[in-house]
Amino acid sequence: MALKIVKGSIDRMFDKNLQDLVRGIRNHKEDEAKYISTCIDEIKQELKQDNIAVKANAVCKLTYLQMLGYDVSWAAFNIVEVMSSSKFTYKRIGYLAASQCFHEGTDVIMLTTNQIRKDLSSPHQYDTGVALTGLSCFVTPDLARDLANDIMTLMSHTKPYIRKKAVLIMYKVFLKYPESLRPAFPRLKEKLEDPDPGVQSAAVNVICELARRNPKNYLSLAPLFFKLMTSSTNNWVLIKIIKLFGALTPLEPRLGKKLIEPLTNLIHSTSAMSLLYECVNTVIAVLISLSSGMPNHSASIQLCVQKLRILIEDSDQNLKYLGLLAMSKILKTHPKSVQSHKDLILQCLDDKDESIRLRALDLLYGMVSKKNLMEIVKKLMLHVDKAEGTTYRDELLTKIIDICSQSNYQYITNFEWYISILVELTRLEGTRHGHLIASQMLDVAIRVKAIRGFAVAQMATLLDNAHLLTGNTQRNGICEVLYAAAWICGEFSEHLEDPMQTLEAMLRPKVATLPGHIQAVYVQNAAKLFATVLRKHEGETDSHAAQETSQLLIDRLPLFVQSANLEVQERASCILQLVKYIQKLQQKKVEVAEEVTALFAGELNPVAPKAQKKVPVPEGLDLDAWINKPPSESESEDEKPKAVFAKEEPKHSRSRHTEVDEKELARRREARKREQANNPFYIKASPSSQKVYDAPGVEHIPVVQIDLSVPLKVPGMPMSDQYLKLEEERRQKEKAERKKEKKKKREKRGKERKADSGPESEEDIAPAHQVDIVTEEMPENALPSDDDDKDPNDPHKALDIDLDKPLADSEKLPVRTHRPEVLKSPAEDRVNESIPQETKKRSGKEKKEKKKGKEKDRKRSKEEKKKKKHKEVEEELLESHPEEAVQSEETKEAATPPTSTSAEIKPTVHWFPVQKSSKHKKKKQKKEKEEKEKKKKKRHHHHHHHSNAGGEDSVQNGTVEEEEPLPPMSNYFLLAENSYIKMVYDIQGNHQDESKVVVSVIFENKSDSFLKSMEFNVLDSLNSKLQRPEGAGAHDSLTVPFQLPPGISNEAHFVFSVQSIVMPQKLKGTLTFIVKSDESSTHEKLDFKLHFTCTSYLITTPCYLYDAYAKLLESGDLKGSSLRLEGINMPFHHLLARICFHHHFSVVERIDSCASMYSRSIQGHHVCLLVKTSDQTVSIDAKCDEPSLLGNVLDEIKQTFSKC
Amino acid sequence: MIKAILIFNNHGKPRLIRFYQYFAEDMQQQIIRETFHLVSKRDDNVCNFLEGGSLIGGSDYKLIYRHYATLYFVFCVDSSESELGILDLIQVFVETLDKCFENVCELDLIFHMDKVHYILQEVVMGGMVLETNMNEIVAQVELQNRMEKSEVSDQ
Repeated sequence: MALKIVKGSIDRMFDKNLQDLVRGIRNHKEDEAKYISTCIDEIKQELKQDNIAVKANAVCKLTYLQMLGYDVSWAAFNIVEVMSSSKFTYKRIGYLAASQCFHEGTDVIMLTTNQIRKDLSSPHQYDTGVALTGLSCFVTPDLARDLANDIMTLMSHTKPYIRKKAVLIMYKVFLKYPESLRPAFPRLKEKLEDPDPGVQSAAVNVICELARRNPKNYLSLAPLFFKLMTSSTNNWVLIKIIKLFGALTPLEPRLGKKLIEPLTNLIHSTSAMSLLYECVNTVIAVLISLSSGMPNHSASIQLCVQKLRILIEDSDQNLKYLGLLAMSKILKTHPKSVQSHKDLILQCLDDKDESIRLRALDLLYGMVSKKNLMEIVKKLMLHVDKAEGTTYRDELLTKIIDICSQSNYQYITNFEWYISILVELTRLEGTRHGHLIASQMLDVAIRVKAIRGFAVAQMATLLDNAHLLTGNTQRNGICEVLYAAAWICGEFSEHLEDPMQTLEAMLRPKVATLPGHIQAVYVQNAAKLFATVLRKHEGETDSHAAQETSQLLIDRLPLFVQSANLEVQERASCILQLVKYIQKLQQKKVEVAEEVTALFAGELNPVAPKAQKKVPVPEGLDLDAWINKPPSESESEDEKPKAVFAKEEPKHSRSRHTEVDEKELARRREARKREQANNPFYIKASPSSQKVYDAPGVEHIPVVQIDLSVPLKVPGMPMSDQYLKLEEERRQKEKAERKKEKKKKREKRGKERKADSGPESEEDIAPAHQVDIVTEEMPENALPSDDDDKDPNDPHKALDIDLDKPLADSEKLPVRTHRPEVLKSPAEDRVNESIPQETKKRSGKEKKEKKKGKEKDRKRSKEEKKKKKHKEVEEELLESHPEEAVQSEETKEAATPPTSTSAEIKPTVHWFPVQKSSKHKKKKQKKEKEEKEKKKKKRHHHHHHHSNAGGEDSVQNGTVEEEEPLPPMSNYFLLAENSYIKMVYDIQGNHQDESKVVVSVIFENKSDSFLKSMEFNVLDSLNSKLQRPEGAGAHDSLTVPFQLPPGISNEAHFVFSVQSIVMPQKLKGTLTFIVKSDESSTHEKLDFKLHFTCTSYLITTPCYLYDAYAKLLESGDLKGSSLRLEGINMPFHHLLARICFHHHFSVVERIDSCASMYSRSIQGHHVCLLVKTSDQTVSIDAKCDEPSLLGNVLDEIKQTFSKC
Repeated sequence: MIKAILIFNNHGKPRLIRFYQYFAEDMQQQIIRETFHLVSKRDDNVCNFLEGGSLIGGSDYKLIYRHYATLYFVFCVDSSESELGILDLIQVFVETLDKCFENVCELDLIFHMDKVHYILQEVVMGGMVLETNMNEIVAQVELQNRMEKSEVSDQ
C-alpha cells in the first residue's frame, strides 16, 4: 500500500501540472494547437489512472484548456470522479471544472445528485461551500427539485458563510424549480433579518431579483424593506433595496409618496455616488408613477435634475454617462424640466466619448419640439459632417431620422425642409443606411400628399445627378435612395416639370451598374413616365415629341433586356414589346395615351407594417386544430407533447383572440372609427375626399424659390439652411400678423389648434402649409393592443407566484426517501395545491357565496361600501390598521379549525391599509334599504376585525393551532343614550399628525321617528379642542352630516386637536337634534362626556426586530413601572389579544407564557410591556419615556381587565 | 444579475472567463473576441460602461469594465445591478487579488487561473454578488488555502 502511494507521487513528479502546461503553451507560440493536442492526449492518459491526485491534476489542466476554447465535455465523467474525492483540494478542482463546463445538457449531472447532497451535509463548511458554489452554476430542474429541501435546511446553518451561500443559491433553485418558491419563501423572508450582514445582503439580493420580474407579488414586503432602508448602513443593500422600490412604486403609488422623503434625505446626506445615483433613479420612478396629482413634485424633480446636472458636469466620464442615462428617464414624463438643460446636452454631443455622445443623442430625441426641431437637426447635420468613424455617423443619421419622424412626424412643420434634409443625407459617404433614407423619402412622399410636387422635383434632380451617388463603388449603401427616387418620380410623374428629361436620366447606360432590384424599379417607372409623356403630348398636332419618347425607350431598353437580373430582364422585355406596339399605333396616328395610362391607374395606399399580424382570426377558425387526423404516434412519445400542449394552452394568445365575442369586436370597430374621425391626420380612403383635399392642398403650398439648377453639392450653405431662415422669417411674420388680427382670428386659430397636438407653448407655430399625413392602413377588426412584446419563454414567468397565500399541505419540498416514490409532475402538483387553497383562501369571497342569502346581501353592501371608500381622502387611509380581510372570515367560522401553519406568509403590517380594513369610515349618505343590514353588520365587523389584531400576532408565533378562538370584542364605548338615540364612540390617532385624534361616533336611532338636524358640540378645554371649520366660532356646534330614519345607525368623525397626551381627559358635550314624527316634531338634546384615555393616543405600531426592541429597552431612556393583575381567568393569548386590541399594542415576541409588546403614541413615545402570567396572576412590567403616560396607560389596562 | 465575468489582456488573450449562463465553447470565444474588440478601442479617459455587446443578453445588458495595466476586467450585467456598484466590486476584486497574490500582476493570473477562480467564487456566486467586504473574502480564501495545505502535508 505504502509502495503504491510512493509510486503514485513519483508518477506525479513527472506529470505536467497546470503551471507546466501554461509555460509549455507560452513556449510553443508557433504551433500552439499542435502542442495542446499532445497535451490533451497526455491528459487522457492521466485520466485513465486510478490515482485521484493525477486525475485532479488532469482536470485542472482541462479547466484551463476550456478557457482557451477547447471543448472538454468528453471528460465530464472524470470531473464527477474528482468532485467526489474526499479531499477538499481535489473536490474543489472537480467542482470548479464542473461549474465551467457542465450545463443542462450534460448527462452525467444525473449521477451527481447524491454526491452533492453528501457534500451539502458535510461537517466541513468548505465542502458545503464548494458544493453550493458549484451547484449554483450548473443546477438543473432535477437537481433543484431533489436538493431544494437540503438547501433550505442550510439556510438555517450555524455558519453565516454557509447561510449566505444557501440563500443566494435559492434564487437559482426557484428559477429551475418554481414549485419550491412558496415553501421556501418564509425562511427566505426570515433571512432578511439575519444577524449577519452578509446573509441579510444575500437575502435582499435574492428577493430583489425575484421581485424585479414579478413585483406585484412582493408588495407586501414593502414595509419590511422600508424599514431595512431606513436602518441599514450597507450601501450594497441600500442600493438593492432602492432599486427594488423603483420596481414596486409603479404598482403602488402610496409607496412612492412614503419614499420621497427618506430618499430625498439620502440624496442630501450620502457621499457615495452610487447610492446617490440610485436614489435619484428611484425618485424618478416614483415621480413617474405619481405623474398625476401631488402638487409638490416639482421640488423633487428639480432636485433630481439639479443633481443630475452636477453629475453630467462632473469630469468623471462615468458620472456624466449615468447622469445622461437618468436624465432620459425624466424626459419621458417631465420633458420640460429636462429641456431647460438643452445647452448641457448639446455640449455633450461634442464629448470625445462615444458612449456619452450616444446618450446625449437619446436625450435629444425627447427634447425636440416644433419650435426647435430645425435648429437641433441643423446642429446634428454639422456633427454628421464632422464625425469621424462611420458607426457614430450612422448613428447620427438614424437619430436624425428618428427625431424627425417620431410620432407620425409630429414636430415637422415644413416637409420641404425635411425632404431637403433627406437629400442632404444622401451625400454621406459609405453609410449603411441608404435604405432608411429611401424608406423615409417614400413614406413622406406617399403619406404627405401636399409635398409630392416638391418631392418629385427633388427626386428628379437626384436621378439626374445619380452619378454623384454611384460614382464611388464604396458608396453602395447610399444608392438605395435611387430606388426611392425612381419610384417617386414614376408614381407621381404628373407633378414632374420635365418628364422627358427624367426619363432620359433613368435610361442612361450607367444605370446598368446599379444593383438589380434598383434597375427593376427604374425600368418599371420609366414605363410610367412614358405614359405621362404620352398623355402630355396627346392632342398636340405635332406628335413628334411623343414619337421621340417611344424611340428613346426602344433604343435604351435593350440594354436592360440583356441584364443578368431576371426581374430586370423580364420587365424590360415586356415594356420593350409594349412600346414597340405603341410606336406602331402612333405611326397610325391612334391616340393611345388613355390606354397606356390605364396600365398604371389607381393609387397605392400605405399599409402599416404590423397590419398582417393584426388580422384577427375569423370566428370559428381554429388554427391549432388538425386539418388531417394526426398520424398515430408511438406510445412513448405520446405523453410528453400532450402535457406541453395542455400546459401552454391558456397562454396562447390566439385562443384569446377568438374569445372576443362579436359584440366586443363591433364595439372596438366603432371606437376605432370614432378615433379616426377625430384624428386630423387621418384621411378616409374614399376618392371623393381625396379630391377635396388635393385641390386646396396644392394651392396652399407657398411657392418657395429653389434654384433647381444648382447642383446638389453646393459649396457653402447647404440647402436645408435656407428653410431654417425662411422658417424664422415666416414665424416672425406670422407673429406680427397674429398680433394685428388677434381678436378677429379666433375662429381660424381654433382650427389650427385642432391640427396641432404639440404642447401648449407651441400652439402658435402653425405648420408652413396645412399638411395631412395619411395613416397607414390596418386590417378591419385589428386589435389595438400590443401584447406581442412579452417573451413567452421567459423563465421568470414561472416565478409569478402569489406568495401571500398561506401554504397548503401539499406544498412541500420533496424530501429524500429511501425508495423515491414516483414524482408527481409539476402540473399535477399545481392542481393539488390549488384545490384546497382556492376554496379556503380566496379572501373569503367564494366562501361567502356558499353561505346563506343573508350573507350574500352583506357582501354586496360591503362591496358597495368599499367602492365608496375609494373616494375617501387618502390621508385617512394611511392610518395603520390591523389587517383582517382574510382572517375575519376565519374567526367568524369559529367552529372550523384554523388552517394556518406556522410557515404562513402574510403581510403582518399594513402600511397601506387595504380598503377593506378601514371599516371605521362609513360613507355619510347611504341608501335606506341597506341600512338595516349594515347596522347588524357593523357590529360584527368591528368585533371580528379587531379581535384579529391579537389573533394574528399569535399566528406569527406559531401557536394558533392549539388555541381556541377569541370572544368578540369591540372598541366602541357607550358615549350617551336616551330613548331616541344611542351614541358609541372610538378614538384613534395616527402617525401623520402628532396633535390630532379622530373620534368616530356611531349614532343609532332607537325611536320610531325620524331624527334630523343633529348638531354635535363639545366644550373645549385648553388641552383638547374640537376642530371646527374655518370661520366658525370656538363654541359653534358641528352639524352631523346625515339624518337618521328609524332604526338606522350611521357613523360620523370629528377631529380633535390635543396638546399634551400624558393625561387622560374628559370633555363635556351636547348633541341636539329634532325628532320628527308624523304628527309633530320636537327639539331634543343629549349630554355626554367624551373620555380621551391615554390609550387612545397610542397607535398600534409593529416592531419587527427583536433586536431593535431590545436596544430600545437597553438604551436607558425609558422609565419603568409595573402592574399586577390577580385572578385573571383567561387564556394567555386572549389576554394579549385584549391588550393589543383595546390598548393598541402589538406583540414583538412571545415565548410560552411571557410576551413583550410594543406601542407608540402619536407624539412618538415608546411604550414597551413585558407581560408574564402564572396561574391567574398576570404581571406587567412596563417601560416608557414618559412616566405619567405610562402610569395612565397601566391604569387603563387594569380597568380593562377588572371589567371582565 | 451578472451574466459573465471576463478577464483578458491588452491583446485579447483570455486570463479568466466565468459565464453564469451556458454558452458553448466556440460561442464563449466569440464573445471574448467581440468584447475585446469593443473595449480595446476605447481610450482610458472615457466612461467604463458600454452598451451593445450583441452576443450576450441584448438591450438589458451592459458591459462594465476597468482597465488595469495590461489587463481588462469586464463584467457583463443586467439592469438590476448598479453600474457604479459593479465598478466598486471590480475594484474590490482586484484589491483582493492584490492581497492574495501580493502585488498581483498578469503572470499571477496566467499561472494561477484556478486560484483566481477560487477567489472570485468568494465574491460572486452564480451571478449574484456574494460578498463585498474584502477582509471577509481574504479570510475565507486563506482558510481554504490552509485547508488545502494541511491536506498536502497529510500525504
